[in-house]
Amino acid sequence: MNTKIHSILPDKLFAGAALFAVLVTLSLLLGIVGSLIYGAWPAIEKYGLTFLTRSVWDPVQNDYGGLVMIYGTLATSFIALLIAVPVSFGIALFLTELSPSWLRRPLGTAVELLAAVPSIVYGMWGLMVFGPILATYVQQPLQKLLMGVPYLGALVSGPPVGIGILSAGIILAIMIIPFIASVMRDVFEVTPPMLKESAYALGSTTWEVVTQVVLPYTKTGVVGGIMLGLGRALGETMAITFVIGNMNQLDSLSLFQAANSITSALANEFAEAGEGLHQAALIYLGLVLFFITFVVLSLSKILLSRLQKSEGSRS
Amino acid sequence: MSAVIQSSAAAAKTTGDTLVNAKMAKQAKLDKFAKRKLVNKIALILSLGAMVFGLFWLVWILWETVRLGVGGLAWATFTQSTPPPNEIGGLANAMYGSAVMVALATLVGTPIGVMAGIYLAEYGRGNMLSSITRFANDILLSAPSIVIGLFIYAVVVSKFKSFSGWAGVLALALIVIPVVIRTTENMLLLIPNALREAAYALGSPKWRVIMGVTLKAARAGVVTGILLAIARIAGETAPLLFTSLSNQFWTSDLSNPMASLPVTIFKFAMSPYENWQKLAWAGVFIITVTVLGLNILARVLTREKI
Repeated sequence: MNTKIHSILPDKLFAGAALFAVLVTLSLLLGIVGSLIYGAWPAIEKYGLTFLTRSVWDPVQNDYGGLVMIYGTLATSFIALLIAVPVSFGIALFLTELSPSWLRRPLGTAVELLAAVPSIVYGMWGLMVFGPILATYVQQPLQKLLMGVPYLGALVSGPPVGIGILSAGIILAIMIIPFIASVMRDVFEVTPPMLKESAYALGSTTWEVVTQVVLPYTKTGVVGGIMLGLGRALGETMAITFVIGNMNQLDSLSLFQAANSITSALANEFAEAGEGLHQAALIYLGLVLFFITFVVLSLSKILLSRLQKSEGSRS
Repeated sequence: MSAVIQSSAAAAKTTGDTLVNAKMAKQAKLDKFAKRKLVNKIALILSLGAMVFGLFWLVWILWETVRLGVGGLAWATFTQSTPPPNEIGGLANAMYGSAVMVALATLVGTPIGVMAGIYLAEYGRGNMLSSITRFANDILLSAPSIVIGLFIYAVVVSKFKSFSGWAGVLALALIVIPVVIRTTENMLLLIPNALREAAYALGSPKWRVIMGVTLKAARAGVVTGILLAIARIAGETAPLLFTSLSNQFWTSDLSNPMASLPVTIFKFAMSPYENWQKLAWAGVFIITVTVLGLNILARVLTREKI
């Protein structure tokens, strides 16, 4: 330490710069919300909240409603979570408790690399490679099997061409598995070895140690990881745009039917939409998407703080 | 006498009962043990299955990317600009555009992210502003990237009445910031307080403690965060779709629409022209190699420095 220790100016400058960076970040968020509301205003004024329940999307007649896209976004994300959460848990369990230690690192790296692959790669792979295979080996047999069955039959009607809600959901699942898995693994590893070893010493099996010691200890992190995955699934654009089919229909709730999501509608139409109601309606969709992710995240935070509180009261 | 016999018989009976009871209890215990072992086994097999399932997709996607991507690669891919349909060309302008926009976005986003992370971890622990910021940052982090594109469109593109490379840079920088804030804060929080206290005890001012001790100790993690942010924006398509748009020709002027690799891939992949689709696969290959390379580099760097 050769510098003078009593100079206060650099200290103040540094603190000021840090504070400034924080304020920039905050104003970015406010800016996003503000600009979305401002941009969507013509559509908000015209439709109000009925926009959310109208399934018309007709640029020719200049008449818009967001139900089709909102449904597409929610349905694909739901399918993705349904597949991704158990698989990710399994992967995290394998990596922390089961894998031989020399394999742990390479496997963990492989999973993280899967998370790093850009979404456009998933999209293109999904459209050109995975879609056709899904159509031939999964959708057609499923359709044959379930055609007459009430409810289930309706879910699998429609052209089995590998494009639609189901394909988009599966590709989203593949995309978010590594996110959720690596967060879960990281938090599992945070569990103090002492706790785990005590449980093992009492005769617990690996499964019991994980479900009764590791999971309760790390549940905040686990929920956080799942929410992170959900956030990504909701906001994912490219992977979905390639495979969802971009068709504005809600006549059938079939999982095989081409549909549309908020993000893919934006990606396909926004650059071409002229100023006016069309653009405003698209921005309104963006606002809805932002609101949904906001709610998901806030819910997760409330949940997390509750979990933390109950943890505190129990111990 | 008979009473004695009776009582001893009763005693014998009870011992017999307890013996049977003990046996049954033991059996039940064994059953329970066997059941626990079975549950454990099933769970672990499923977990192995999940691992295989996850790796299966990675291998498959990489395999197809290499197979179809290398097929589309040619020398012209790196030297020529994007062609019209059915003509020979390359991706040079798109690669250049991507490189420039990613580099500038990192330069803009990293300092803000690191400084804000420092504020959260070192200055504002527990105060109102930092908990609000932490919340805002979580929202920004999970904000759909296409919404960030919308925001930049509203504040930059529609104001200047033109799509531009700068708009793309800002959109990407907006994605860098929350990633870097999060990793910086987390890494700084991992540094034990004893280190800070030791530095203070030597008389260092706070900024020197942060720059020379805590940030230095956390640097491996912070650098990893930055590299991962770069890797993330290198493949981002959605925020560029209506900020930098695309450009068929070579341009180094950031106030014009600028081509980028991901947007070009999107445009070409959705087209019916065979040469465009081939180039799209070549682009996917290049992007995947770059992004994965960056990720591996991040790992190697941090491992050496630790």
